[in-house]
Amino acid sequence: MNRDMERYKQFSRRALLIGLGQTAMFTILALRLGYLEVVEQEKFQTLSDKNRISLRLVPAGRGEIMDRFGVPLAINTPNFRAFIVPEQTTNIEDTLNRLGKIIPVTQDDKQSALVEAEKHRPFTPILVKENLSWDDMAAVELRLPELPGVSVDEGEIRSYPLSTATAHTIGYVGRVNEAELAESDDPVLSIPGFRIGKTGVEKKFDKVLRGEAGQIQEEVNVVGRPVRELSRTDPKKGHRLTLTLDADLQMQVQEMLSRQRSATAIAMDAITGDVYALCSYPSFDPNVFSRGIPADLWEELLSDETAPLTNKAVAGQYPPGSTFKPVTALAALASGVPEDARVFCPGYYMLGDQKFHCWRAGGHGSVGFTEALEQSCDVFFYEMGKRAGIDAIAAMARRLGFGSAFDFDVPGERSGLIPDKAWKAKHYRDIWHIGETLNCAIGQGYVLATPLQLAAMTARLVNGGRAVKPVLVRYIEDVGNQIPAWPDIKLNQRHLNIVQKGMNMVVNNPRGTAYGARITHAGWEMGGKSGTAQVRRITAAERAAHVKNEDLPWKYRHHALFIAYAPVGDPRYVTAVVVEHGVGGSSAAAPIARDILEALQKRDPRRIHTVDDAEQAAAAAPSPRNKE
Amino acid sequence: MSTMSRDRISIVEKLKSVSWTFVVLVSFIACVGFVSLYSAAGGHLEPWAAKQMARFAVGIVGMIVVALIDIRWWMRMAYPIFGVMIVLLIIVDIKGHIGMGAQRWISIAGIQLQPSEIMKIGIVLALARFFHGATAEDVKNPLYLLAPLALLAVPVALVIKQPDLGTAIMLVAVAGGMFFVAGVSYWMFGVVLAGAVAAMPLVWHFLHDYQKKRVLIFLDPGSDPLGAGYHITQSKIALGSGGVFGKGFLHGTQSHLNFLPEKQTDFIFTLFTEEWGLVGGLTLLALFSLVIVYGYFMAFKCQNQFGRLLASGIIINFSLYIFINIGMVMGLLPVVGVPLPMISYGGTAMLSVLFGFGLLMSAYVHSDVKFTRRGLEMA
Repeated sequence: MNRDMERYKQFSRRALLIGLGQTAMFTILALRLGYLEVVEQEKFQTLSDKNRISLRLVPAGRGEIMDRFGVPLAINTPNFRAFIVPEQTTNIEDTLNRLGKIIPVTQDDKQSALVEAEKHRPFTPILVKENLSWDDMAAVELRLPELPGVSVDEGEIRSYPLSTATAHTIGYVGRVNEAELAESDDPVLSIPGFRIGKTGVEKKFDKVLRGEAGQIQEEVNVVGRPVRELSRTDPKKGHRLTLTLDADLQMQVQEMLSRQRSATAIAMDAITGDVYALCSYPSFDPNVFSRGIPADLWEELLSDETAPLTNKAVAGQYPPGSTFKPVTALAALASGVPEDARVFCPGYYMLGDQKFHCWRAGGHGSVGFTEALEQSCDVFFYEMGKRAGIDAIAAMARRLGFGSAFDFDVPGERSGLIPDKAWKAKHYRDIWHIGETLNCAIGQGYVLATPLQLAAMTARLVNGGRAVKPVLVRYIEDVGNQIPAWPDIKLNQRHLNIVQKGMNMVVNNPRGTAYGARITHAGWEMGGKSGTAQVRRITAAERAAHVKNEDLPWKYRHHALFIAYAPVGDPRYVTAVVVEHGVGGSSAAAPIARDILEALQKRDPRRIHTVDDAEQAAAAAPSPRNKE
Repeated sequence: MSTMSRDRISIVEKLKSVSWTFVVLVSFIACVGFVSLYSAAGGHLEPWAAKQMARFAVGIVGMIVVALIDIRWWMRMAYPIFGVMIVLLIIVDIKGHIGMGAQRWISIAGIQLQPSEIMKIGIVLALARFFHGATAEDVKNPLYLLAPLALLAVPVALVIKQPDLGTAIMLVAVAGGMFFVAGVSYWMFGVVLAGAVAAMPLVWHFLHDYQKKRVLIFLDPGSDPLGAGYHITQSKIALGSGGVFGKGFLHGTQSHLNFLPEKQTDFIFTLFTEEWGLVGGLTLLALFSLVIVYGYFMAFKCQNQFGRLLASGIIINFSLYIFINIGMVMGLLPVVGVPLPMISYGGTAMLSVLFGFGLLMSAYVHSDVKFTRRGLEMA
């Protein structure tokens, strides 16, 4: 008994100590629990919500693009797609084989579907085939019971009804690339298969066209499977754009350009700046691009020396050649040269011991402003350039729209180049030579211009001197009218009349360089100016051997340019045409300009009531842009 | 004499002396388990809650039967039971060796058994039996302790081989607790602890990679948020987001959306507290504490060393289960596979805990029984 009492006492002591230990352990547990659930509660609540709530974005329909009369230029067409949900079929390969008997499923399609299925959660629908025909889709839908896990849906794909004719202007859409994803914070870009504007109006107005993505808030479980919907906002479709373009004219102009190997043309309203047509040839089919560009086609287009992917109207920079002469004329008149000044042209011009040639070796004799323009006498403009000086020419060129970009509605615009003394000092660390002024006076040398700038210059010459800029997007749905009033650039109207008279004579006088390309329809007569721009310097040897420019390899031939306006009595429409390596402005470019202005006046798009006039009238409140 | 008359007590008398308060307490904790399993299944009895209830129904009856069996019989059977469990462990090891990878289960008559789980009770029985026969002087003698150390070493070695580090640590800890209450000198614990610390690098060397990883991740759970640290992190998120009053029954988002791993077994405390909050968690801890306090009350009532040691071993085992499991889900301890007694889904763990409680109550029911060192009735 005694012995057990002793053991009992010891047991009691030891058990008490163990009990203390257990009390300590349980206290730790209770404190820890309190810490996690009270002190850190907020942090863990946030983490828990982040775990369970997933945001799913629903892309919005892309806004359509219409021409000025409502003819669709870029629309969304249904894209029937077939999907398979791997977990809903026992044998995905077997099901795909069965699907392949109904619609064409290639081995590649099957492979990529299997690869995708491996990469995703089993409840994620895997795209098997898109761009199905209506019949194919109906066939699949009918036999869905035999195809476990297969579903069809109607997505949207961008399509361009005018195809090649608007490829450069409207542009195309494509998949979002890494760089685009990095620079934008719009989460909609991360939706697989989402497409954004890559070029043209599609790119410049992408944010307007894109609309706002809808959002679905879902509770998801640990593998990301949606369990229930918590909230939903519907997507907002992108705004519809109405362009100044005339689809019919656009197609006609594209057709006219196809007579040449590589050419570009712009048709524009001299008063408003409305661009009626803007074409670049050769072109490509943007419908292929919006579905995904085949690599070999892309390579082929890139390596083509006629640069089908480039929008030459805005991105092409050419020496303007003689089309620049009106600028020199206005610069000379503005710097005080008398309106009746005359210069004798013996076929060349001597500056010290340096000889500058006129294009006509025999010379033009005595010429004034109008005759010099009419016959494109180089010697007269050498002299005018020398009298005005390069800085006056450059200043006049800038007033007429050269030397900088317009922030045009089609991206990729180049700024061209108008040199002056400061520019030369900056870029060549050298003084300006008068010889360089002479070259610039006839649009050669350093001078570069885009066809878009040539068209804008022509408009400013004939609209009474208002700083018109080319406008392509006329109206944005829900935003408003996009055409502003243009400021006056304060040109002397008498000087402008002299230049217009000269340009009239270019086309309508038998001695004019473009008489062969005149418009004979009474009241539609055009005025214009031809230009033939050297691509490289003509060597003395070539000049001596009378090498014909036509005999040189294509890429060394002269560029052919023509600017024109019509009707001469009341100028309204202008055009600028550049035929790359087309040899002669009057022979290659002028006939196209004539055809464009004839077609334009026949359609007379400015007089036709447009769809948006009605829409604008309906909008009671003036848009914010109009108030500015 | 009343004490003598207790040597032969009728079943009715025994039933009267069973602590029904304790039975109610245990049933109450089991109900917390049913509620949690019902929630874990998304508000369904299947697949866990119903099965667990059925097991508990059988187990609680078994517990009372165990309580009614004479404590002296249990003492006589201590070594044979221990022996059978060792055999079962060996069978599991051999099966695991022949089959593939870790093997912790054997099937007896269609019932899945986890021998390492019931071994926790087996070691308590065997050590209680051993120390019952030891005098105060015996336990001070280091050589005398070689035998109980051997008793411990065999199952620990077998469990480590499985490999089941959590259970091995539990076995060592429970045995340590029993050595302590049996009166082994403090200095010997000091020597063993020092030796253990010194042996740490060696043990580390023998740990499996996944075990090393668990320890490392425990030390820094953020290091691998999507890998193995995921369990701890998600468990803490679930617990923490519960707040004071919890998200409400069946509204635990972490658990129901499956962010919580093993929610019906090892991480069930997390599920429970996500839904019932701090209030629920503390209530459950209080219930567990009541069981332990009540257990000590019963141990102190025992007039024999075997009963006292058995009771305290069962209590130590029970409290270790709780501490390791809850400490683990709250990020206080590394992730080891230790269930929460009476709550976690699992037959063997429930059976083993209820068997232990049965023994505890048997000691209480027969607290007045006195017997010799060999477990025979005293004349």
